[in-house]
Amino acid sequence: MPLDPSFVGRTYPPTAPYQVGREKIREFATAIGATDPAHHDPEAARKLGYADVVAPPTFPVLLTMAASRQVVEDPDLGVDYSRVVHGDQRFAYVRPVVAGDELVCANEIEEATVRRGHGFLTTRTEVTTVAGEPVVTVWSKIVVRGEE
Amino acid sequence: MELPTKTYRITRADLVRYAGASGDFNPIHWSDRFATGVGLPGVIAHGMFTMALVGRAVTDWAGAPDAVVDYNVRFARPVVVPDDDEGAEVVVDAKVREVTEDGLTRLDLIATCGGEKVLAQARATIRAPR
Repeated sequence: MPLDPSFVGRTYPPTAPYQVGREKIREFATAIGATDPAHHDPEAARKLGYADVVAPPTFPVLLTMAASRQVVEDPDLGVDYSRVVHGDQRFAYVRPVVAGDELVCANEIEEATVRRGHGFLTTRTEVTTVAGEPVVTVWSKIVVRGEE
Repeated sequence: MELPTKTYRITRADLVRYAGASGDFNPIHWSDRFATGVGLPGVIAHGMFTMALVGRAVTDWAGAPDAVVDYNVRFARPVVVPDDDEGAEVVVDAKVREVTEDGLTRLDLIATCGGEKVLAQARATIRAPR
């Protein structure tokens, strides 16, 4: 089923809150080799003015990739996930993600087009605290490869 | 202005570790059988892992782990990671495109593997350390 431009503007209900854990940030930072003490040591993070350890810039993809399932698995869209490749990714920050944050993701479809047989689907995810404070806006474009 | 080149080596062990940390267990990132079965040349790094390494370069250049205010990439081609001790090498370069009046620095980023560009239209905006 090709992507239908009428899906542009479709919004999805906010996801259940994600509790950002100190150990998860440490684990993620270690996995990407990010050794800055502010990713690992709460005291170092506090010296920068944060309540707890600070996540590296691409950390929010943990939340947004899980949240995007509600879009990709929307039966109306009919995306064949086995044909999906990641196209573009962007993070626009209000402030970094910090351990202790409780974050929710709200998805909106910004682009749904077909070009040369391939589908292009761009999702914008507003990541906010449960109180509604904006933290980061995340754009993710996936390409649904057409049949060869 | 050009910033000092940074080089990162990616082995299969790194992909396993990143899969666990990120929760992205797509078998194209750990199974040769699966990866070649869907037409890839072999196991490839998570695009988000490559983006994370380049993000590391950006925060290192910025001198602050919280300096990134905007960061975007296009995944141009996959980083193929052979099952050996050498793995793949990603080279990251950047040049300053603009310094704004309110203290933001805009960087143009280039990430290559084996001389081929793996990220395209990669840009970051950073602010000065507090």
